[in-house]
Amino acid sequence: MAVQTQLYAVPAIEKKESKNKNEVEKESIFETKSLNLWYGETQALKNIDLKIPEKSITAIIGPSGCGKSTFIKTLNRMVELIPSVQTKGDIHYKGSNILSKDYSAEALRTDVGMVFQKPNPFPKSIYDNVAYGPRIHGIKKKSILDDIVEKSLKDAFIWDEVKDRLKENAFGLSGGQQQRLCIARCLAIEPEVILMDEPTSALDPISTTKVEELIQSLKKQYSIVIVTHNMQQAARISDQTAFFLNGEVVEFGKTDELFTEPKDSRTMDYINGRFG
Amino acid sequence: MQYIDRLQVRKRINFRLRLNSILKYVFLGATLSGLVVLAILLIRTVSQGFAWIDWNFITGHLSMDPEKAGIMGAILGTFWLMLVVVFFTLFLGMGAAIYLELYAKKGRIHSLIQTNIANLAGVPSIVYGILGLTVFVRLMDFGSTVLAGGLTLSLLVLPIVIVSSQEALRAVPQTLGEASYGLGASKWQTIKSIILPTALPSILTGSILALSRAIGETAPLVVLGIPALLIPFPGGFMDRFTALPMQIYYWTLDAALVEEYANLAAASIIILLLMLFILNSIAIYIRNKFQHRF
Repeated sequence: MAVQTQLYAVPAIEKKESKNKNEVEKESIFETKSLNLWYGETQALKNIDLKIPEKSITAIIGPSGCGKSTFIKTLNRMVELIPSVQTKGDIHYKGSNILSKDYSAEALRTDVGMVFQKPNPFPKSIYDNVAYGPRIHGIKKKSILDDIVEKSLKDAFIWDEVKDRLKENAFGLSGGQQQRLCIARCLAIEPEVILMDEPTSALDPISTTKVEELIQSLKKQYSIVIVTHNMQQAARISDQTAFFLNGEVVEFGKTDELFTEPKDSRTMDYINGRFG
Repeated sequence: MQYIDRLQVRKRINFRLRLNSILKYVFLGATLSGLVVLAILLIRTVSQGFAWIDWNFITGHLSMDPEKAGIMGAILGTFWLMLVVVFFTLFLGMGAAIYLELYAKKGRIHSLIQTNIANLAGVPSIVYGILGLTVFVRLMDFGSTVLAGGLTLSLLVLPIVIVSSQEALRAVPQTLGEASYGLGASKWQTIKSIILPTALPSILTGSILALSRAIGETAPLVVLGIPALLIPFPGGFMDRFTALPMQIYYWTLDAALVEEYANLAAASIIILLLMLFILNSIAIYIRNKFQHRF
């Protein structure tokens, strides 16, 4: 499939200019250029060219196995944890190529936080869960940690529920609370981008609503990329949506437009529930 | 078209149920036969040795005279041995397990090493005794000391500790590691603060069980030339020593000469079993106290 010609795909000439002026990078936080990825022999991502704008919510939708989770995990290089993965192409984050050898994955992941499909708090207290990130980055002072923990928990809409039990084990929380705790833990490292890999798929409807409200409130400060199985969710919360199919981007555009007037017939079929 | 003939099923059902109940008793018998042998051994040992255990027997020096003989020397020897074994197996065992499980690239060399460690766990202990004699006693010239004995026993149980620690590390849910990496933690930070604390209860349980195997080992010590009749108590790593299993072994041998030695051996077995029992209780306590649920 050829280079995407939707809203945020940019013709080659414009790219050249932007390199000098740094204009595109100002508005887009991530820009992938012919990104390819293989698991061993199987190609999971094919020539992905996407520009992800900052301070907004970008949803990635598509059927199982279309590469949407793989894609989001390349943005903070978590895919590297899988031994047989090979990548080709560029991912520019604020102008520098994060796939280059000298870009450290640890530094990247401090800027680009991640929330996972299944809530995965550490087997520690609620306080220690949130303080873990700041601690590994060298913050030791109790008063600062206290501030970070309180602020992060407040921003994640969970402070009122846990403020009296910060020393209790995080496993005592409900699934929805655990997921909001994981979001708080992510906010504690003060990232610029938050990647979310189907963050509500393990939650009940009420918890899902809470997390969705939380995500919307976060977009003022953070750029959010969210993978979701749930098309209604993408339509409800995102500003722009990318539709993935078989490792390719079929369509990328404003969420309103993509869901009301899809340009590609496959997008139309998918959002109308004909497959996937 | 029906493939299952109901009539046949009904005819066979009695036979199937009877076979089931017969097998239940066969398996019960298998369980009991082991238990019965153990019970006979315990009853005999306790009836022979229990009367011989008194304060003098536990705290006294060794003596040719059965009435005066004490096993404090052997208890201390076993204690010093365990210190050496704990130190080396925990560091080397956990280090090797962390490397193999978390750092090493999985490939041919990795699986070769892995297979060999598994095989080493099956090497007879006497072979380790010969290795210890050659390397520690002679080549490094430690003599028949606590250090030489402890290092030999460490080598013996190291494969068990490595394999069980690896299993413990593998049992830590991958999602925890991912959460830590996702926050920008390095591998070592993740291991130190997340993976190791989570796996530690199982690692310790495995290690203590391996340790209780080391406590009972006799064959390697025989090869190392550990004496049984040794009057002074060992006070350090470079002292000559004797250990409880050695004491039991020689007293059992010499029971042909002095009949009461059999009772002393039985009494020593009770002490050794008590030490093992205490160690295993600690293992269970640690496991229950720090166990995490996911």
